[in-house]
Amino acid sequence: MLRFILMRLGKAAIILIAILTLNFFLIHAAPGDPAAVMAGEAGAADAKFIAQLREQFGLDKPLLTQLGIYLKGVLQFDLGYSYRQQMPVADLILDRLPATLLLTMTAFVISLVLGTAAGVLASARVGKWSDTAISTLALLFYATPLYWAALMAVLLFSVYFNWLPGFGYETVGANYTGFRRALDIGQHLILPATTLGLFFMAVYMRMTRASMLEVSQLDFVKTARAKGLKSGIIQRRHIFRNAMLPVVTLAGLQAGQLVGGAVLTETVFAWPGIGRLMFEALAQRDYNLLLGVFFVSAAMVLVFNLITDILYRFVDPRIRVA
Amino acid sequence: MKDPVLSIKNLKIALPEGADRDFAVDDVTYDLFPGEILCIVGESGSGKSMSANAAMGLLPDLVRPVGGEIIFDGTDVLKLSEAEMMDLRGKKIAMIFQEPMSALNPLMRVEDQIAEVFEAHGLLTPKERAARAIELLTEVGIPDPQKAARAYPFQLSGGQRQRVMIAMALALEPRILIADEPTTALDVTTQAQILELIRNLQEKHGMAVMFITHDFGVVAEIADRVAVMQYGKIVEAGTADEVLDNPQHEYTQKLIAAIPKLAAEETEAPVGKTPILEVEGLNKTYVTGGGLFFSKPRVVHAVNDVNLTLCEGETLGIVGESGSGKSSVGRCLVRLMQPDSGTVKLAGHDMAQLSGDALREARKSIQMIFQDPYASLNPRSKVGRIIAEGPMAHGVSKQEAYARAVKLLELVDLDALAIDRYPHEFSGGQRQRIGIARALALEPRVIIADEAVSALDVSIQAQVLDLLADLKERLNLALIFITHDLRVAAQICDRIAVMQKGKVVEMGPAHAIFNNPQSDYTRTLIEAIPGREKELAAAG
Repeated sequence: MLRFILMRLGKAAIILIAILTLNFFLIHAAPGDPAAVMAGEAGAADAKFIAQLREQFGLDKPLLTQLGIYLKGVLQFDLGYSYRQQMPVADLILDRLPATLLLTMTAFVISLVLGTAAGVLASARVGKWSDTAISTLALLFYATPLYWAALMAVLLFSVYFNWLPGFGYETVGANYTGFRRALDIGQHLILPATTLGLFFMAVYMRMTRASMLEVSQLDFVKTARAKGLKSGIIQRRHIFRNAMLPVVTLAGLQAGQLVGGAVLTETVFAWPGIGRLMFEALAQRDYNLLLGVFFVSAAMVLVFNLITDILYRFVDPRIRVA
Repeated sequence: MKDPVLSIKNLKIALPEGADRDFAVDDVTYDLFPGEILCIVGESGSGKSMSANAAMGLLPDLVRPVGGEIIFDGTDVLKLSEAEMMDLRGKKIAMIFQEPMSALNPLMRVEDQIAEVFEAHGLLTPKERAARAIELLTEVGIPDPQKAARAYPFQLSGGQRQRVMIAMALALEPRILIADEPTTALDVTTQAQILELIRNLQEKHGMAVMFITHDFGVVAEIADRVAVMQYGKIVEAGTADEVLDNPQHEYTQKLIAAIPKLAAEETEAPVGKTPILEVEGLNKTYVTGGGLFFSKPRVVHAVNDVNLTLCEGETLGIVGESGSGKSSVGRCLVRLMQPDSGTVKLAGHDMAQLSGDALREARKSIQMIFQDPYASLNPRSKVGRIIAEGPMAHGVSKQEAYARAVKLLELVDLDALAIDRYPHEFSGGQRQRIGIARALALEPRVIIADEAVSALDVSIQAQVLDLLADLKERLNLALIFITHDLRVAAQICDRIAVMQKGKVVEMGPAHAIFNNPQSDYTRTLIEAIPGREKELAAAG
């Protein structure tokens, strides 16, 4: 097992460097650079000033040299300096990361738990009205564009009913502390997290339902019945466990998007997370910051891939031992 | 006579609307007596499994009993509540199935699956259950029961998995054991062992066994009494000797006549005939696992230095158990798979070395027929297209290719109208005929038939074998017939190569292989053929 993890980590490191390199060239292929943007904003777009800025940021060196400097920094856990924000990139990211993780993790748990539960329920009542209702709802969630669902949620629950706050991370100026603050953040979290989770909730529901129905037709379920087992035990022990295998794969994919996947939601709900940081960095050609965000989200995908694979070894002995 | 342990009276089981007939089981009456093995024999769709499933309350959802009774212990099990049925299942009537791979939960250890039987009926403590599991595994003859108990199903062989199923079924000393085609998915030597095990356990525990099978060879090995089913009705019943030696009903006679006989005829040696296919030093290894880094790959030598010659107009059988490499040889010959080394000379060209257009051209002369008549035809293509596609790929005009397809359909005894229909509209036997027509479309000189009749019922199998023999004669084809079924090989092959673990262990004329096998392995295989002793006794 340890060997497996070490091997996978080795592979992940290589993939990560490849991704960084690719991102580096992609970003530089776009027109404009931070020096030009900054000079433009300062209203001093004369060539000499821009050249001076370039020299200061190291942008005048050959591209490959720049890449070398950057990769060397990354290997020493230095993600560089954002000249726009006048702060180290790592600090900027670490500052925003908790908010994003809170949002996406909550969305992940909501979608996984509710989606799977709805799928199990629907499969147990296949063909009845409750199955039809759940399946229709899932189709609706599946087909609704995220930003539209987000706007509607704000309109309905925040503007019309005034039940929940519609934007931000916490109530500005309230200066809550301790439990009161946690409760406040929790209230702010409900709408964005639910909206973000809708799509995957629908996917989990559909997959769980289909998978449960498929597994319940398999021979070993008949064997279980032939033993005289109660149907509750058959559902839990024989059908559910086997039906969860494809869901685990899917959950791994969703978890990988935890950092990068919330740009839209964070924008609509004014959530102070990585997604918005990335958007701003892009607009400002803030190379180092952009690369840093990409690096963190790519690393996240790889880490969750690894976790999924390890988890899979626990749920499916065929992969563990073979 | 003793009282029956199970009495089925005038049982009627309805099929859902739109099925090919109204009743899966139509007015069926039979008794099962303690201490006997009753074989219910029939082809697919005869309804042979249905009455047994009804007795367990395990019928598929859309199929339901609509008349008659199943009397067990003085009560009609059809009238029992689900809770009463649960008490019956596993404890008084137990069941084993055909596919020992899929009949066990892949995610649970063997001991837990056996312990579940006790748990279901609220018996024993967890510790006692584990101990009983080991005892049961020992009783069914699994090597190293301690280790097997901790294993997952995929770590066991097919025969071992079926032994686990039997151990589970025996756990509560049921009065009836229902065995639904329990040896059909197993190799012939494993089948012989499992049949012997069932027979021994039945005698030791005095159970009644209801044994459902399509195979008369198996019936000859194990049955005390036999009931033959066709279209949901019992057409003939009696003791095993009566039914096998002196069948009264026309259908039974036809079924028994369709079983390929073991006595292979002496054929002239292919001396003087021109070899069309010469295989020398063929090797193929499979490597699994082993990625970018140091993990150790698993290497299987699937084809190990195989040499074969096939002459014009000859049928060469490649016989072996699963994993012997017989299909890998077939795939290397048509270059569906790249051999590691060796030459495959087809009419002078080395198939193993060709590539691009030359390979495409050479492939015309060597075509393949596959095992599964369902999976081997594209369900989205009409039959005409399936047959004409090959010639069209080689530049024949569409019109001509379709005209030829019609002729080929007639050649394989199908209606010319079939070209406008889809594969799902045909039965298994008809689909296999379509597969044969497709293989013939390119006018090959060699046909490789990989288990081409293994998925078919015995009466259909006989027809397809006759067709192949006839076509071979008329078109002067050479045939390589890959099969696990020695009876089929005995009937159709001139020469036979026996394979084991990637190697050809024996090769010779069919009659020599069957009457005077040289290698131990061939002898084991032949002795394991079900019904062989009875056939020998009858012949001699």
